[in-house]
Amino acid sequence: MFTLQILVNGIVLGCLYACIAAGFSLVWGVLNVINLMHGSFIVLGSYLAWGAYNSLGFSPWATLFIAAPLFYAVGYLVQRGLLNRVIAAPVLVTLTLTFGLDLILNNAMILAFKADYRRLILEPALGTLAMGPVVVPVDRLVAMVFALVLTGVLYIILRKSRVGRAIIAVRLDRDAATLMGVQVKSTYAAAFGLGAAMAGCAGVLLALIFPISPLSATAYLGKAFVVCVLGGLGSVPGAVLGGLLLGLVESFGAMAFGPEHAVTLSFALLILFLIFRPQGLLGKRGFE
Amino acid sequence: MNRRRDVVLFAAILLLGALPLVGEPYTLRLGTFACMYAVMSVSWNVIGGLAGYPSFATAAFFGLGAYVGGVLLTKGATLVVAMAFAGGIAFGGAMLLGAVLLRLRGHYFAIASLAVAEVLRELTNTATDLTGGGMGLNIPLGTSTVASVAGEASFFFLAMWGLLLLTLVVVVAVERSRLGFGLACIRQNESAADMIGVNATLYKSLAFALSGVFVAMAGTLYAGWVHYIEPPDVYDILFSVKPIVMALLGGLGSTAGAVIGAFAFLGIEEIVWRNYLQVHTGVLGFLIVALLLFLPNGIVSVGRRIKALRARHV
Amino acid sequence: MSELMRLEAVSRRFGGLQAVQDVSLSIGRGEVLGLIGPNGAGKTTLVNVITGVHRASAGRVLFEGRDITRYRPYQTARNGLARTFQVVQPFPELSVLENVAAAALFSGGIGGMREANRVAAEKLEFVGLSLAAGKPAASLTLAMRKRLELAKALAMRPKLLFLDEVNAGLNSAEVEIAMGLIRQIAQAGVTIVLIEHLMKVVMSVCSRIVVLQNGALIADGTASEVVSNRRVIEAYLGKKYAQAASGEA
Repeated sequence: MFTLQILVNGIVLGCLYACIAAGFSLVWGVLNVINLMHGSFIVLGSYLAWGAYNSLGFSPWATLFIAAPLFYAVGYLVQRGLLNRVIAAPVLVTLTLTFGLDLILNNAMILAFKADYRRLILEPALGTLAMGPVVVPVDRLVAMVFALVLTGVLYIILRKSRVGRAIIAVRLDRDAATLMGVQVKSTYAAAFGLGAAMAGCAGVLLALIFPISPLSATAYLGKAFVVCVLGGLGSVPGAVLGGLLLGLVESFGAMAFGPEHAVTLSFALLILFLIFRPQGLLGKRGFE
Repeated sequence: MNRRRDVVLFAAILLLGALPLVGEPYTLRLGTFACMYAVMSVSWNVIGGLAGYPSFATAAFFGLGAYVGGVLLTKGATLVVAMAFAGGIAFGGAMLLGAVLLRLRGHYFAIASLAVAEVLRELTNTATDLTGGGMGLNIPLGTSTVASVAGEASFFFLAMWGLLLLTLVVVVAVERSRLGFGLACIRQNESAADMIGVNATLYKSLAFALSGVFVAMAGTLYAGWVHYIEPPDVYDILFSVKPIVMALLGGLGSTAGAVIGAFAFLGIEEIVWRNYLQVHTGVLGFLIVALLLFLPNGIVSVGRRIKALRARHV
Repeated sequence: MSELMRLEAVSRRFGGLQAVQDVSLSIGRGEVLGLIGPNGAGKTTLVNVITGVHRASAGRVLFEGRDITRYRPYQTARNGLARTFQVVQPFPELSVLENVAAAALFSGGIGGMREANRVAAEKLEFVGLSLAAGKPAASLTLAMRKRLELAKALAMRPKLLFLDEVNAGLNSAEVEIAMGLIRQIAQAGVTIVLIEHLMKVVMSVCSRIVVLQNGALIADGTASEVVSNRRVIEAYLGKKYAQAASGEA
């Protein structure tokens, strides 16, 4: 039954990972841009939740509604104003550009918030839930549910809304989309905005579970990478599948090799997938 | 045209060798870093600029060299032996790894090469008996042949300078060779290169290996110079990103550009460090962004643009 | 006429799609073979399999008696096979001369750059691009790029040359010139396989024609044999015409 606990831990973790990665995967899959600021956006979202709770008394669930439009706007502007200028440039340029932007963002956060870790402690505490032999902290459980909901919302937006369908069209065939009247520039900006919004909201949820510090940004980014490669790019189901896979691997891996090797394990998995199945579980081959 | 630039470059670097005669330890320290940065950017340019594969593996090679060489130094090896060994391991490892990784293109290759550094860092961290793990590795002072501070500064400067010369000689020779020509073809159109008989896998692996061998040797020198290394220091992702920025700053694709970019970058970094310590990473980020948006073809292209402007007024 | 290349039941599938089905074919030295078929018939895929771009899912490719099925593209290039691409593939930053010299150099059998440049100049003259030798390849018009492709392929001094739609996008004057060049190449002893849509070119230049449809070989013979072949007519024009044609025959 110990295995069951590990399994549940892995699934809960996996759903969070899926949420972390979904926005990242969207941006990478549609714009072919690896947004190295993603991790920092997540951390910023966590700070937002922390600040809103401690200063204004907003519960994290409420903060989600602030985070989403706020981060969307930021993402939209960054893409429209900066990234769009180099969108046609090779991979190297966009990667280095978002790296530079992330350096600025991260430095700003360190200056504003200091690097020490903070925790968002809910009062009253939510406690744990026992379901048979398995024990799950309620805050994680709720975060998991919200993570799934968020991911689901993204999926629906992509499938049903005009903006979402424009994004998918551009991803499938940019030139054809242009011929059909899709405004590529604003679609790209919308996609980036959605990615940022997902990151911010994921950050809000993660604030409940993990300590908050600008130093965590790289770790979140690393997770997002691995999930994308595992699950395949540009697809929400891919992010979910990849997230679950990573969550399970890390949980069982921690049991087998010890928790300090979790990160190495995930990167080793990343390399294996890149070598043998770069398109991931659900992705289509050929998107470089 | 290119030949003349290469000659000027060599002459300038040769002149630099006279620095110990006029500089004090601080200048020599800057000079050592300048040469080290130049080794890294010129090396990166072979895989990134010539072959067109955006490698983020420089940190992996540097860290590998620092640890392989560092451990050998603690066991009593001489500096030359340690460097040669580290370089050899890096070269061999890169050839093997390259055959696999270089099947990937664009972003995938970039991430894979980045992941290699992460994995190496973790492995180094856990091999505590050999490397000291997270507690770091102490490299004894007895490795340098001169006892005084000023002597040591000169020694390491000249060593790094010598490494830069070696790197330049090899890289320029490669650029002029069949390998260089083949890499240029691969960069411009890999399928066409395949079809005319270029063994792309071999050539790319060689380029990747070349991009690592001298960087690894620089890592060994660095370890001997600073006497104490830790995994997060030498496998720092910035060691992968900075050479790229330097090459971009100087002008992508040219060795001379990579050298100029490295020196310019060092200058900027020093100024920023001295004046903006708290925000120095932020300022670095700002410079990167500005560079990419406004000077995408690097410093080298400024000369071309000025010429074009002048021509218009004739 | 001795056999230069033989395909034995060569197949290639991509996931669920059988792009080349069980193609068996013999190519004789000195032939000019026309490879025709409707769009999507698998002609280019077949050439890709032969030259090693894709691995055959089944079957063998024999060249001069040697099994080259597992050869990678650079190996087929160095062993006497050359091909042009339907969508031309130059090295955009290199000059026209350098493009051709690269092909000469890497396909083997050449000492150094000087000799490569000499061969390149010769081939450029043959295709009529000598004046453009110093220009960057990216600056050429489509017709000139097609000739550059041809010059590159010739610089490899191939024994077997695959020309993939060399005439696509050319006007009739340019097509005439191309046909003349092809005849000269054949006269020099190079075996040619011509993938072509323009029937007038196929009819006038090819000694033999093979027809591919949905990846399978449906006809193999002289021009007149193939043209009156019922399956061929059906493939191109549909059942009704085929019935009508055989009705009149």
